[in-house]
Amino acid sequence: MTPDEIRKSYHVELKELKKMVEEMGDLSSRAISKAIDSLVDLDEEKIREVDDLDNKIYAYDRAIEKKSLDLIALQAPVARDLRMIGTCLKIITDLNRIGRYSQDITKVTERMLGKKHMKKLVSIPHMADLTTKMVDMAVDSFVEENEEYQEEIYEKEEMVDALYDEIFREVLTYMMEDKETITMGTQYVLVIRYLERIADHACNIVDRVVYMETGERIEPET
Amino acid sequence: MFAKIQELLEKESSCERTDLPDRVKMKVQDFDLWYDDIQALKSVDMDVEENKVTAIIGPSGCGKSTLIRSLNRMNDTIPSVRTEGKVWLDGYNIYDDVTDCVDIRRKVGMVFQKPNPFPFSIENNVFYGCEVNGMDVDKDKTVERCLKQAAIWDEVKDRLDENALSLSGGQQQRLCIARALATEPEVILMDEPCSALDPIATAKIEDLIDELKKDYTVVIVTHNMQQAARVSDYTAYMYLGELIEFGKTTQIFENPKKKSTEKYITGRFG
Repeated sequence: MTPDEIRKSYHVELKELKKMVEEMGDLSSRAISKAIDSLVDLDEEKIREVDDLDNKIYAYDRAIEKKSLDLIALQAPVARDLRMIGTCLKIITDLNRIGRYSQDITKVTERMLGKKHMKKLVSIPHMADLTTKMVDMAVDSFVEENEEYQEEIYEKEEMVDALYDEIFREVLTYMMEDKETITMGTQYVLVIRYLERIADHACNIVDRVVYMETGERIEPET
Repeated sequence: MFAKIQELLEKESSCERTDLPDRVKMKVQDFDLWYDDIQALKSVDMDVEENKVTAIIGPSGCGKSTLIRSLNRMNDTIPSVRTEGKVWLDGYNIYDDVTDCVDIRRKVGMVFQKPNPFPFSIENNVFYGCEVNGMDVDKDKTVERCLKQAAIWDEVKDRLDENALSLSGGQQQRLCIARALATEPEVILMDEPCSALDPIATAKIEDLIDELKKDYTVVIVTHNMQQAARVSDYTAYMYLGELIEFGKTTQIFENPKKKSTEKYITGRFG
């Protein structure tokens, strides 16, 4: 018996679990992009597409949780396998939240349907691109089992935070100049708040990957 | 009697001594063992902490049973065995020439893979070690104390004169533990004590191990890694006669430092 043949079905199941998390991550990333597209284009059809994605994300959340618990109960995983399963259980909550924030963005779109944007949206899609990239990188770090993505993700998070401040100030200026823009301006502020939260979830995911790979926990910044 | 005490004191005073760190009951130091030309243990270093359970795990033939048997010189009975290095018990080298093996085995009791009660009554099984060692103790009290400590008293108290072979496998194993406790050992070695038992009997032995560590230091060899994870405070992982990794059980099972340990406990080789 070669080493790879020992507990073969268990190792196949671990790979399947990882694949499911990868697919869930892909859905979450697509949900952000699609939600921002719905906002930029004020397109009702895209709102439905995000709803569909969010439903699928939720189904993955349930399925991954069940598979993880089954593996713990039946296979008694230890060491890195145990940390991997623990990581799956944690990061699916982050990915689920990302799906929910994407849906929240489409709620903003819904409220804006039939209206026009104050100006062409540039900074918000840029912030969304960065945020989506962070989520993609966090999921890649999990799939590739490579914690070295952490530094780049944290650098991008600083950029996202800076963009949040910048856009917030810009929108505030518009609202102070013309009170007619307040209704729409507050909606933009909500969107950038959701994007900033999504970026934080991407950081959470890569922090868990660091633990999965090294066994060392990242202490939260005080 | 006085002459015997005098003799023991003299032996003890001439035996090689060292100061062990606090809470260390036994220390294996740079220990090698050969069966003829085959080296079964290679420079093993390990501390056994007092009132804790230390588990030894590893694939078949890695030397774990040889190591546990070295802790009370059980390997001495095999003519081809040769050893180098030291095993300290309470600061005395048990491999010193003047050390009395019978005395060592009284202090370091052992329970084996298959329950092996003698074909005597239950109470005579328990008291056998006391008789052999000429211990001046009350038989009834000793039998009751040991059977209670081995969590089998309630099941056998009304039939102490029955043949021990009439007991179930799990009961026989607990009887053997009671027998090991009778000589008032300080360390109990268990070489796969549950491998011949069903899950219920296994759970009883595991509960018992948890109780025993309050009064004794326990070292257990097990093939069942989940058992090691459940019952032990420290785990030693052995491979090809070497002690690859030793640490707190939570560390070994959550975050082993050596790749070889990781591969073994996650079932990637065995």
